Amino acid sequence: MICYIGAFGLIFIGLFIILVKRNLIKVFIGLSILDTGVNLFLISVGYISKGTAPIFSKPGIETGRMVDPVPQALVLTAIVIGVAVLALALSLAIRLYHHYGTLNLRKIKEQRW
Amino acid sequence: MRKIISILLLVIIASGITFSLVKIPFGISKTKVGNYYIEKGIEQTGATNIVNYRGFDTLGEITVLFIAAIGLGAVLRAGRKKKSERKIEPASLILYTGCKFLFPLILLFGAYIFIHGHLTPGGGFQGGAVIASAFLLIYLGCRERRINKTVTKVTDSLGGLIFVVTGLIGLAVGNYFLINFLPKGIPNLLFSAGIIPIIYIAIGFKVGSELAGIIDGLMEET
Repeated sequence: MICYIGAFGLIFIGLFIILVKRNLIKVFIGLSILDTGVNLFLISVGYISKGTAPIFSKPGIETGRMVDPVPQALVLTAIVIGVAVLALALSLAIRLYHHYGTLNLRKIKEQRW
Repeated sequence: MRKIISILLLVIIASGITFSLVKIPFGISKTKVGNYYIEKGIEQTGATNIVNYRGFDTLGEITVLFIAAIGLGAVLRAGRKKKSERKIEPASLILYTGCKFLFPLILLFGAYIFIHGHLTPGGGFQGGAVIASAFLLIYLGCRERRINKTVTKVTDSLGGLIFVVTGLIGLAVGNYFLINFLPKGIPNLLFSAGIIPIIYIAIGFKVGSELAGIIDGLMEET
């Protein structure tokens, strides 16, 4: 249960940063925190009490306590895509800064909401 | 005002999630698919790391990363007027020597991670990320050094090519794409699990060079 609370805490902190902050770099930091929260939530869905990693590190290890491998594989994908999204977003931020001379979202007219 | 609206919105979302999640038990649920993978994983793939069913998934991942790298290059290069000529201050001797000392060790660790991807937690992406972090260290520590862009592009393309060609050989030899056509060997040994180590090594090189290229693009612009 504490895993869910932590995961959703991270998700809401990230969402709050995205909604409130003015600096574009801080918005990206919020996006990254949100990403981490979602990953943590997916991992904790597949968790089993007192479970081990789904790896046969030595022969004859018992399989009953292994956690679900499917969410872990999905989260691996999600981490990579998060990195790709963050890199692309940062490159766009660099272009914005070159064009407008500021990263403040309230001062960029096209980005105001 | 904006903060109050945001907090209200988040509270509404949070209450909705709490209502929907409160009946789901924590710590006991396990899907049928996961059980099947745990039971049949070793005899079907020969790899001790169960997560190794995801050949297609990994192909999609490297495609996403590749597209992101292309997009980053396009966004950064397009319409650039002149090269930014910021003066680079040389690093101190201690920093320089330390970076030069650490660089091959980090490369070795990354190679270890992606070569043992079918036995331990890890794999091509993690090893590639460690290798890219070595390049990032060089960029930050030894300021005037740059990586050779042609080499990263060639390594990048070769890694992807090896992956796809391995899958196509499976299509030619067996029935479907990415079939494990090599002998599986004994689990827990380095030379086991058929084509999985080959794919992992290819992905390691591809991701390492791709992330190094992304770092290079971002560092050049600032």
